[in-house]
Amino acid sequence: MQMIEPRAMGTPLQRIDGAAKIMGTAPYAFEHRLERPTYLHPVQSTIARGRILKIDTRAAESLEGVIAVITHETAARLASDENKELWVLQSAKVHFRGQFIAAVIAQTPESARAGADRIAVEYEAARHDVSFSGGRKDLYAPKTVNAGYPTDTNQGDAETAFERAEVKVDSTYTTPMEHNSPMEPHTTIAIWESPKLTLYDSTQSVHSVRTTVAKSLGLKVDQVRVVSPYVGGGFGSKGEPHAHNILAALAALRVPGRPVKFALTRQQMFCLAGYRTPTIQRFRLGATRDGRLTSIIHDVVELTSRFKEFAEQTAVPTRLMYASPNRRTRHRLAALDLPKPSWMRAPGETPGMFAGEVAMDELAVACGLDPVELRVRNEPERNPESDNPWGNRHLLECLREGARRFAWSERDPRPRQRSDRGWLIGSGVASSTYPRYVLLGSRATIRCGERGQYTVRIGAADLGTGTWTTLTQIAADALQCPVEAVHLEIGDTEQPNATVAGGSSGISSWGWAIVAAAQELRRLHGARPAAGAEASAQTPKGADDETFAQHSFGAQFAEVRVNTLTGEVRLSRMLGVFSAGRIINPRLARSQLIGGMTMGLSMALHEESVVDERFGHVINHDFAGYHIAANADVTDMDAVWLDEVDDRSTPMGSRGIGEIGIVGAAAAIANAVYHATGTRIRNLPITPDKLVT
Amino acid sequence: MKASITLRVDGEQRSLTLDTRTTLLDALREHLGVTAAKKGCDHGQCGACTVLLDGRRVTTCLSLAVACDGTSVTTAEGLAPGGTLHPLQQAFLEQDALQCGYCTPGQICSALGMLDEAQAGHPSFVTEGLAAPAELSDEEIRERMSGNLCRCGAYVNIVAAIRQAIAERATP
Ligand code: FES
Ligand code: FES
Repeated sequence: MQMIEPRAMGTPLQRIDGAAKIMGTAPYAFEHRLERPTYLHPVQSTIARGRILKIDTRAAESLEGVIAVITHETAARLASDENKELWVLQSAKVHFRGQFIAAVIAQTPESARAGADRIAVEYEAARHDVSFSGGRKDLYAPKTVNAGYPTDTNQGDAETAFERAEVKVDSTYTTPMEHNSPMEPHTTIAIWESPKLTLYDSTQSVHSVRTTVAKSLGLKVDQVRVVSPYVGGGFGSKGEPHAHNILAALAALRVPGRPVKFALTRQQMFCLAGYRTPTIQRFRLGATRDGRLTSIIHDVVELTSRFKEFAEQTAVPTRLMYASPNRRTRHRLAALDLPKPSWMRAPGETPGMFAGEVAMDELAVACGLDPVELRVRNEPERNPESDNPWGNRHLLECLREGARRFAWSERDPRPRQRSDRGWLIGSGVASSTYPRYVLLGSRATIRCGERGQYTVRIGAADLGTGTWTTLTQIAADALQCPVEAVHLEIGDTEQPNATVAGGSSGISSWGWAIVAAAQELRRLHGARPAAGAEASAQTPKGADDETFAQHSFGAQFAEVRVNTLTGEVRLSRMLGVFSAGRIINPRLARSQLIGGMTMGLSMALHEESVVDERFGHVINHDFAGYHIAANADVTDMDAVWLDEVDDRSTPMGSRGIGEIGIVGAAAAIANAVYHATGTRIRNLPITPDKLVT
Repeated sequence: MKASITLRVDGEQRSLTLDTRTTLLDALREHLGVTAAKKGCDHGQCGACTVLLDGRRVTTCLSLAVACDGTSVTTAEGLAPGGTLHPLQQAFLEQDALQCGYCTPGQICSALGMLDEAQAGHPSFVTEGLAAPAELSDEEIRERMSGNLCRCGAYVNIVAAIRQAIAERATP
C-alpha cells in the first residue's frame, strides 16, 4: 500500500472545534437559529401491545398556542414500511410501550407539552410479553447477526472435546439491557419547503439519514438535506435514523415553511433511541492441565423486538481470540414486545468479551496459571476461523507492556490477600479486540484555493471523535501542506457521500477517501495545482482485505478496592494498552480510549436498564435511576498504545479507535473484584448487593 | 400566563416576556439564543445546563425564568468575551477535557462555581472534618464535579484542566 508521509499525523494538535465547544457556541442540532420555529411534543403509548381504538385530540387542539395535532388517522402517509421502526403514525397498532401514537405541534415548547397531556386515548390492549430468559421455548436462530456475521459456527467436535477436557470452566454470564445515553438527546429540526425537506439532525451519518428518510417519505434523495456539524455523542444510537426523525418530518409536512423543533426528553431516550440487548451467555472452556485450550463453546441468548429484528454479534470475538482445535458459537433470540435494540459502542465485542475474558480468568484460576501466561499459551498463529494470516496481531505485546507498566509481576495470585482499612484490594486483566473496518462508499472532494489553500469536503461526522481535527491532519499530509492550509467541511449532505461514523471505521474510511482525492488531484493537475483545480475520489478497496485478518487488540488492567462492610467497589487504578495502528492524534486518541474505558467501568459497576414486566417499559428511565460513571468514579486511569504503523489497513497506517477502549474493560474489573474478594461475579453490573452476603 | 422579566446575560441587559412555565434554560436557549447552556436531561440530573447565577453554579433546567427576574447570568460564552478563552477554558482546550463538547460549557461553569465554594470553605462529602477549609485534592475535585455527567468520559482530563487552572492562579 502506498502510505502517506506523516507530518501532521502523529502530532497532538488541539481540537480544532474545541474553543467553540468550550464557549458553547458550536451549534448542535437543536441550536440552529431559524425563523418562526414550532415545537413538537409526542404522545406515547401506555400499553405495550394492542391497538388504538380512539384518540380524542380536541382538548389539545383548543389549547392556546397549539397549531396542530397529528395521529395515525391524520398524519401524511409514508411510502415504505420496509423499516418497521420508522412506520410512524401509520396504523393503530402498538408494538411497545412508549411508541409514538400522536404529536402536538405548537408555538412554544410549553404549549406543545401541555397539549400532549390533553390527548385522550382508548386502547384495546393485548397481552404483552417482555420477559427475557434463557429458558424460553420460542428462542430462534436469526439468519445472520449484526454486521452480517454467521449466526452459528462449528469447528471440530467442541462438545466431545469439552467433555474429555482435563480442566473445565462452565459458567453462565449475564449483561443487562444498557442504554447509550449520549449527553445530547436525539434531536431534529425539520423544515418542509416544498419540494425540499431539510433536517438539522444529531446523527452519526447525514447521508444515511437522508437516504432512509427520503425512502420512508417517498421523496427523491436530492429532495432531502441533512445538516449535522456537531453531535453531542452517540455511541451507536445515532448511527441510524430512528422514529423521531420521521415524526419530525411528518410534523413538518403539516406546517410547511415553518421549522419543527423536536428533541427527545431524557425519559423518551429510553424507549425510542435504541439500546444494547441484555445477554445470557453460557461459556464453556476445556483445556489441558497446562492451560492449552481444547474446546471453546459460547452460547448466547439475547433479545430483539418482535416488530423488527436486531441480533447483536456477541459470540463473534470468541471466533478469533484464542487457539483451539474445537470451537462452537451460537446466537439465539427472544422476540419480545420491546423497542428495537440497536448499536451501542462495540456491539458484540463489548458483552461477548466480558463473558469470554472472565471465563479465561476462571480457567487461569482452575489451571493455577497467571492469566497473562494463560493467554500467551493460547495465542493463535493464524485467524482460527478463516485461517488467514494476521494483518497485525499484537495482543501479547499489549499484555506484556501492560503487565510491565502495571507492576503485574508483584501481584500475589491468590485472591483475598490484600486489604487496607476495611477495603479488600485486587487486580485483574482482560484482553480486548475490535475488527478493523473500512466501509466503501465515501467520497471526498478537494478544491484548490488561493495561496496554497485547500477546501476538503466530505459528509463525515464528529460526535466527539475528533473528526474535525484528525481529518484535517490527514488531509494536510495527503496534500503535503500545513494543517492551516486545509479548510475542512463535514456534516452536511451537500458534501460528498460519507459512510457512517460507526464500527470504528470513520477515520479509516473517510481519511482514505481524502488520500485518494489528493492523489487524483496530483494526477490531474500536477504537484502544484492552480487555484480552482478540483478532484474527487472514493474510498478504494484494500488489497489485503480478503487475505489478512485485520483486527486491533488491547490489554486492560484494573485494580479495585471492595468495601468489606458495604460491598461497594471502587476502581483505584486502570490502564489500557492498545494496538490500533498509527495514532493520528495522540492528544485526542488518549481521550477517546480513556472515554471507552470509562464507559466500560460504567458498564461494570453501574449500568442496568430495568424492564417492568407488568407494563413493558424501562422503569429507571433517567439519570437518577440509570447510573452512568460520574467524575468521582474515575481515579487513576490511563491509556497508552504500541508504536505501530499498519501498512495493510489504510494509507494512514491507522485502524480506528472509537470502540476498542470499552472492550474487555468490564471483564478486567470483574476479574479484579474476584481477586480482591474471592467472589466471582458473573452478572453485571457489580453492585454492592452482589458482594454482601 | 405571561410575565415580563429582565435578566443580565453575559453582561448584557435582556428583557423578555415569556410563559411562566418557561425554565431559565429554555429562556436562554429558545428566547435569547444563548446556546452555552445545554439541555441534557431537563431534570437536574446531568449538569449540562449549569450557569453561574449571581456567581453561584445553578442548574437552569430546575429554575423557572420568572423566579430569576433581575438576576445576572454568566454562561461559558460570557466567560470568553470577544472569543478570548478564560484561563480555565484554555486549560480545558490544552488538556483536551472534552470530546463531544455537549457537557463542556456546564462543566466549565460548574468548575468555576466549585472553586469559589471551596475558597469560601464549603465542605464536600469527602472533606475530612469541618474545622479547616478543604484542600482541593483530586478526590475533592472529583467529588465536587460529580454533578456534571460526561458520557464521553472526559473526567480524567477535566480534573487535569481544573488542576492546571488552580496552579496558574497560584503563580501570578
Ligand atoms: S439539563 Fe439541567 S441538569 Fe440536566
Ligand atoms: S464531552 Fe461529551 S458528554 Fe462530556
